[in-house]
Amino acid sequence: MDTDISDRIPTIESVRAGLAGTGYIPSRQIATALFLAMRLGKPILAEGPAGVGKTELAKATAEFLGLPLVRMQCYDGLDESKALYEWKYGKQLLYTQILKEKVSAVLSKDDTMDAALARLHEFDDIFFSERFLEPRPLLKALQEPRGAVLLIDEIDKADEEFEAFLLEILSDHQVTIPEIGTIQAIVKPIVILTSNNTRDLGDAMKRRCLHLHIGYPDAKLEEQIIDSRIPGIEDSLRRQLVSFVQQLRGLDLRKLPSVSETIDWARAILLLNASRLDTEVVQDTLNLLLKFEGDMKMGGKAAGELVHKARRDGGLED
Amino acid sequence: MLLDLLRAARGAGVAISVAESLDAFRAAEVVGYSDREVLRDTLSLSLGKTIEDKRTFEACFDLFFQREMVTSGETEGEAQQRGAGQPADTDGMSPLASMLLDNDQAGLAASMESAAAAIGASNIALFTQTNMFAWRILEQMGLPELDRDIAHLRGEGADEAAAQRLEAMRAAIGAQARAYMERQLTLFSAATTRDIREGALRNVRLSQLDRRDMDRMRTLVRDMAKQIATRYSRKRYEDRKGQLNIRRTMRKNMSFDGIPFNMIWKRQRIDRPSIMVLCDVSGSVAAVSRFLLMFLYSLADVLAGIRSFAYSNHLIEVSDILARREIDDAIEEVMKVVGFGSSDYGRCLVDFSEVAMRSVNRHTTVIILGDARGNRNEPRIDILKQIFERANRVIWLNPEPQSLWGTGDSDILRYEPFCHQVTSCGTLVQLERVISEMMAQSQ
Repeated sequence: MDTDISDRIPTIESVRAGLAGTGYIPSRQIATALFLAMRLGKPILAEGPAGVGKTELAKATAEFLGLPLVRMQCYDGLDESKALYEWKYGKQLLYTQILKEKVSAVLSKDDTMDAALARLHEFDDIFFSERFLEPRPLLKALQEPRGAVLLIDEIDKADEEFEAFLLEILSDHQVTIPEIGTIQAIVKPIVILTSNNTRDLGDAMKRRCLHLHIGYPDAKLEEQIIDSRIPGIEDSLRRQLVSFVQQLRGLDLRKLPSVSETIDWARAILLLNASRLDTEVVQDTLNLLLKFEGDMKMGGKAAGELVHKARRDGGLED
Repeated sequence: MLLDLLRAARGAGVAISVAESLDAFRAAEVVGYSDREVLRDTLSLSLGKTIEDKRTFEACFDLFFQREMVTSGETEGEAQQRGAGQPADTDGMSPLASMLLDNDQAGLAASMESAAAAIGASNIALFTQTNMFAWRILEQMGLPELDRDIAHLRGEGADEAAAQRLEAMRAAIGAQARAYMERQLTLFSAATTRDIREGALRNVRLSQLDRRDMDRMRTLVRDMAKQIATRYSRKRYEDRKGQLNIRRTMRKNMSFDGIPFNMIWKRQRIDRPSIMVLCDVSGSVAAVSRFLLMFLYSLADVLAGIRSFAYSNHLIEVSDILARREIDDAIEEVMKVVGFGSSDYGRCLVDFSEVAMRSVNRHTTVIILGDARGNRNEPRIDILKQIFERANRVIWLNPEPQSLWGTGDSDILRYEPFCHQVTSCGTLVQLERVISEMMAQSQ
């Protein structure tokens, strides 16, 4: 399967085209990163502000390669029994009860203790076996017969111990379960980790990853993204929207609007049936782009000027 | 060649381990070396670990692969004027001379690079070595032969014009070799210079700091604060192993007929210190105050709370000003409000007890920064004692060296019994140590 994927994706350009086919327009860096990740079998660590498409990248990759997406959301207090595997305690309990009955039935024929013990050892001990293993996301990703895209979301929210525990999966694509042994991946999954940088990740973790920083896209890329997400939108309006958002990012805001906000906003503008930007429409919909009161005030104040410039960029004369 | 690039990147401050460089090589193999942009992305992906790292690396990459044209120093016009009649007669001349006369830019560039490689130009470490290395490059490129050619033209050929032309070219290429070496210097020696400088800055007395080092100090403080912050921000709770949280364990294991497969332990919230800091902003202590405040506010994320007070002859709370403005502007403003009066510690302690004594509790760490020179005013030790009894810790930071304590109007020895810790704190390293200890103790 590994070679199979390599055959399907011979170049960086084909990665780009493939992702674009699913509606995700990657920058050159993103395409390069994904290409390398597939070739080298290394995980990608995607960092960047919220809403620039870190999670979306994993979804698009899964769709493009036709692989299942296994997603794991990290949070404080996440441990291996939630991430990797859990024993099916209930079934194990029932098993011991059945065992008791069966064993006494079977062993009743033997007279001596030695004979009974010898017979007991003839049975396989399946109390700790894969049958009673409840796979959680990580194990599931390793067990997918055709490989999978494993998305470990917001790794910075998990605690240090969990990060250390991920290392084995990331570098060797295997997990060790003390009672059973080591489970190897059937097909190496493509791993994408995302981080919002609320804390610094360990060096060991960073060393194993391709470090991809996804920033805000430039105007051209953003237009392409809008175009692919909202196919019906008019050229001029699209240019105005993108120009406005790009200018907005130049302001000193607490939270800059991301691509996802641009998309939401564009949808809203379409719903309102506006064919061009004007100050009134912008004022009404600004809350889709800006999330803080102070930002809204500042954005509202600057809106007139920005709209003016955006209209010129969109090819409209005032 | 990639190795040199990695060395340059390390020099610029990107931490690259051996394993990482191996990874980078493997990645470069996969994408090939033909497309420079792709190669840059690839290396940056595998080597950079933070955004700053990546930016530094990319700048380094561009500088490293920047190829300047090496020319003979003649403009096209001049060359045509001269060479229009007869093509330059390069027979019997050294390769360098003929390349110069033909203005073979690619050849010259290649020759300079191989010469640089031969003499190990990337080993340059100090600015003063530039000329020596440039000279050795020229020598390697065939300068002696060129000189012989010039002498030959003057002597036997008696072609003074041609000799002068070659002389001019010799000077031009000399200048280019020096420029080349200067670039190598910025690439490879940045690390050495910076390390020396920063090492010195960490240990310089804060009160004697040069203005031009302020920027560098600011980044240093931020780095140090970040280190401390990551060290102590990891956990908010700690399991108290051994003490079962019976209620939650029973609930969790109900589905297993009450057999406790999953234990849940009682957890303890890890206390974060809530800090009150009293900064002297008068005279020589002001510089230290500035860095202490800078340090603490960079740590604000890992602290439960921080209230700051500034004083010279009286005390006011400045938390608002500091929270509202950029730290540097804010400090200026604080200085303006409190002014540079002569210190009166007694009065300041009275002010403090009026404003904030009520909120000093067993979670509070009180840091007082000052030289304890109260100009013979009543020190009001009773108030410090009161603070000492209420607070978790009282730390007095004194910018003066310990040998001066207690001399003249210094009251520090009288205050000392009512502090948990009194430390001399004149340099950045000392400041870092104190804060790091404070964080460790509060856990």
